Parts: sequence; C-alpha cells; structure tokens
Amino acid sequence: MKRVEAIIRKTKFTEMQEALHEAGIDFMTYWEVRGVGKAVEERSYRGIVYDTSIIERIMVTFYCQDHLVDPAIKAILASAQTGEIGDGKIFISDVEKAIKIRTSEEGIDALN
Amino acid sequence: MEELSTTVSDLSMSVDNIWVLIATCLVMFMQAGFALVEVGFTRAKNAANILMKNLMDFSVGSLAFWAIGYSIMFGEDIAGFIGEITLFYGPDEVDGLPQITKLMFQTVFAATAATIVSGAMAERTRFGAYLIYSLIITLVIYPISGHWTWGGGWLSELGFIDFAGSTVVHSVGGWAALMGAALVGPRYGKYVNGIPKAIPGHNLVLGALGVFILWLGWFGFNPGSQLAASGKDNAIAISHIFATTNLAAAAGAVVSMIISWGRYKRPSLSITLNGALAGLVGITAGCAAVTLESAAMIGAISGAVLVFSLEFIERKLKIDDPVGAISVHGVCGAVGTLLVGIFATEGGLLNGGGFAQLGVQAIGVFSTMGWVVATSGIMFFVIKKTVGLRESQRVEEEGLDIYEHGETVYNTI
Repeated sequence: MKRVEAIIRKTKFTEMQEALHEAGIDFMTYWEVRGVGKAVEERSYRGIVYDTSIIERIMVTFYCQDHLVDPAIKAILASAQTGEIGDGKIFISDVEKAIKIRTSEEGIDALN
Repeated sequence: MEELSTTVSDLSMSVDNIWVLIATCLVMFMQAGFALVEVGFTRAKNAANILMKNLMDFSVGSLAFWAIGYSIMFGEDIAGFIGEITLFYGPDEVDGLPQITKLMFQTVFAATAATIVSGAMAERTRFGAYLIYSLIITLVIYPISGHWTWGGGWLSELGFIDFAGSTVVHSVGGWAALMGAALVGPRYGKYVNGIPKAIPGHNLVLGALGVFILWLGWFGFNPGSQLAASGKDNAIAISHIFATTNLAAAAGAVVSMIISWGRYKRPSLSITLNGALAGLVGITAGCAAVTLESAAMIGAISGAVLVFSLEFIERKLKIDDPVGAISVHGVCGAVGTLLVGIFATEGGLLNGGGFAQLGVQAIGVFSTMGWVVATSGIMFFVIKKTVGLRESQRVEEEGLDIYEHGETVYNTI
C-alpha cells in the first residue's frame, strides 16, 4: 500500500481528478496550499513591480494498492504538466497500515 | 395677468429648486464614491478606519459648515477676504432659490473638499487627529478661500473663473492632503532605503465602483453648479456641462491608460481609475466656459499630468499618498483651472483672448494654494505637536481597525 502526494497547479486540478479516475483512483484528499519556490509571480501595482514570493498550489494525497501507483503517476504527469517552472512534484511513500473506521476493516479492504 | 406672471416665476423657481436639490443628492452620493475608492485602494486591516473617517468628515463637516463655515463663505463681503459671520445659518427665505437649498448644496461641496484628505493620510493617522482636521477645514480653511472666488471676494472681482470648484473645492482638499501626508510621513514599509514599495490595495472592485459613483456624482457637481434649470438658456447650459464633464472624464481615463501602458508596460487599472477622476477634476473649473472639443483636451491633459504627478510625488518627493488624492485633486485641479485661461471660449488664449485670463487663473490657483498650504500646514503641525498625528508602529502594523475602533470589516464568524 502506498501514499501518493502531489503538489500541482490549481488550474490543473479538475483535469487531474478526471485522469486519476480513469486510472482507478476515486478517493483523495486535497487542500489549497501556499509555498515558496522557483516560480516567480511578478505583479505590478501603480507602476511598481513586486514579487509576492507566494505560490498558490493544490496538494493532493491519496492511498492506493501498489499496482495502481504507476498508472496514477502517468495520469498525473499527463494531466498536470505544462512544461514550465512551477508544475509541482509527486512524492510516494509506503503505508504501514490502514483502518476503515466504520467497519474496522484493515489493509486493502480499508481503502474502498 | 400679474397673477399669471407670479405663478410662472414661482414655477420656474420650483424647477430650479428641484434641480439643485437633485444635484445636491448626487454630490452627497460622491461621499460613497470616495469611501469606496479609499477603502479599495488600502489594506483590509484599515477598512473600518477609512469608512469611519469618511462618515465623520461628512457629519462633522455638515455641522461645522452650517454653524459658521457657510456664512464665512457667503456672508456679506468684508474687504474681499471673508464673509460676515452669522451663527447657525438658516433663514426660510427665497433669494432666487430658497436660502436653505443653497446651504445644502454648498454643504455637500464643503464635505467633498474635506473628504479628499482622508485617502492621502490613510492607514497611519490617528483618528482623533483626523476629527480635528475635519472640523477646522470646514469651519475656516475652505470657507475663506471659497469666499474669495464664490462669495464675492477679491478673486471674483478679478474675474477668476472656477465654475464648479477645480480650485475652490478640489485643490483645497488636494493641498491639505499634501501637507497632511507630508507631515504624518509614509506608511511603515512604503520606503525601504528610499525606494518606494508597492502596497497593493485590498479590493479594486470597490475602488472601481467608487470611481463610477464619483463619475455619476459629478453630473450633480458640475451641471448643478448652474444653480438653475428653468428656461431655454439654463437647459442648454446644463446639457452642455453634462457633456463637457463626461468627455473630460473619458479622455482622462484613456490618456492615463495609454501613458501607464507605455511607462509600466501594462495598462494599470488603479492608475486609469485615477485618470478618470483627474479628467473630472480638471474640467470642473471650465465645464461651462469651454467647447466639447476643449473639454476633451482638458481631460486628456489632466490624465497625462496625473501619471507623471503620481510618479513625482511617490518617487521624488517621497510623500506616501495611497489613493493618489494629491495628484488627482491638488495637481489636476490646478492644471484644469489654469487651462480655462487657454481654452475658454471667451477670453481664452487659444480663442484670441491673450494672456489676461490665464494670468488671472494663475493668481487664483496660486493664492488658493498658498492659503491652504500655509493654514493646513500650521494646523497639522500643531496637531502633531499636541494630540499627535501618527499611530504607533505597532498599531499601524496590526491595523488601525482593531486598536482604534475595536471593529474589523471582514469577519469570518
């Protein structure tokens, strides 16, 4: 069982959600995040240029069986990539145990 | 027959009266425009403070202008300098118009001059200090220079043309704003090692709505200053002034957009909003004295001057004016008044009138400027040394709303 975390552009979220659905991922958690990175969001106010240094992104986390990880990564890359700085990152890590609260089921059964 | 003629003259007076009162409503509504522009161009943490200042300068100003100010401005002339004071003016008499209609119309004008300052001093001025300022400008400073031009004083004797108040109202507010902003100092973080930083306003939707409301209100400000509506001549005059007012605002917006686009690579919304106001302020003096073509030119010149003035005040003088009030009202008010001497259909330089009118316009502009700079400078200096003009750094950083008023404008609960 794996945990997949992806930080992506806000504008790509709907596309990515659809692509993940095609890849068999139907449960996910996401939230709006702010970070600091290479991308520059240059703005100008009354003729003075400034940099907000704040990058707004969406962070998505989901848990899945091992064999779904590769299709999920392909789906994210296909949907969230623009090729410009600031497209984000994906992190994959092992999960020790999962428990479904309603039924007390554990492991793979807890995922759905 | 005599009875019929009395009825007709009564009716025409009624028409005039209704028009001037409608214009009064439109000018009063400009207070909403000012409030929205100022709140939109500044940060959310000071929104309640800005709104409170706008509410109070109108309220304090209305009382002060009624109690003393109006009679200083329009009372019997004493030596061309000041009107005879009548306390608590309010005779139920008719002189062309009901006297109280004139009081109401002039009150909303006085409040316009007063409210200009709040934006320039926004986000760092103590609320109590601002109340004292509001009282003094409508009690003394505005009425005296206003008397010179509109109350039968020495500038009106010279033939100074300021139909609806580019100088009498807007420049007075603008120069007071200059002194206030200079003496209170820039907002914390505005200048880092002398280099100006952007402090974006928190809601330009409010700012844009405010400008549209001001533009609408100006259709009371300028055409209302005809002070009459009945009969063919007045009808033509009012319509003419509507058009000059609108064209100048449009030209001001277009030209300021083009110039900001050229200088800063992108067309700036906040500067273009200022540009529309610059055109309106510029045409206010000459709205009845110039052709429609000249009005568009005056608006265009005001819109151009605006952009350079904003830059000069922010980057060279290093005076922090969050909403651009000094440039819009002070500088463009002066420019528009001077341009009457060039574009006036009768007596303008371009229409064969020579330099005489231009000279008189210059005397009017600079004497009013001198008066306001001196008196408001003394006033703000005394306030600074006594009750204090400026908030502490801590209050300024946390926001004036919490410390001064205990209320914030945007609440999630």
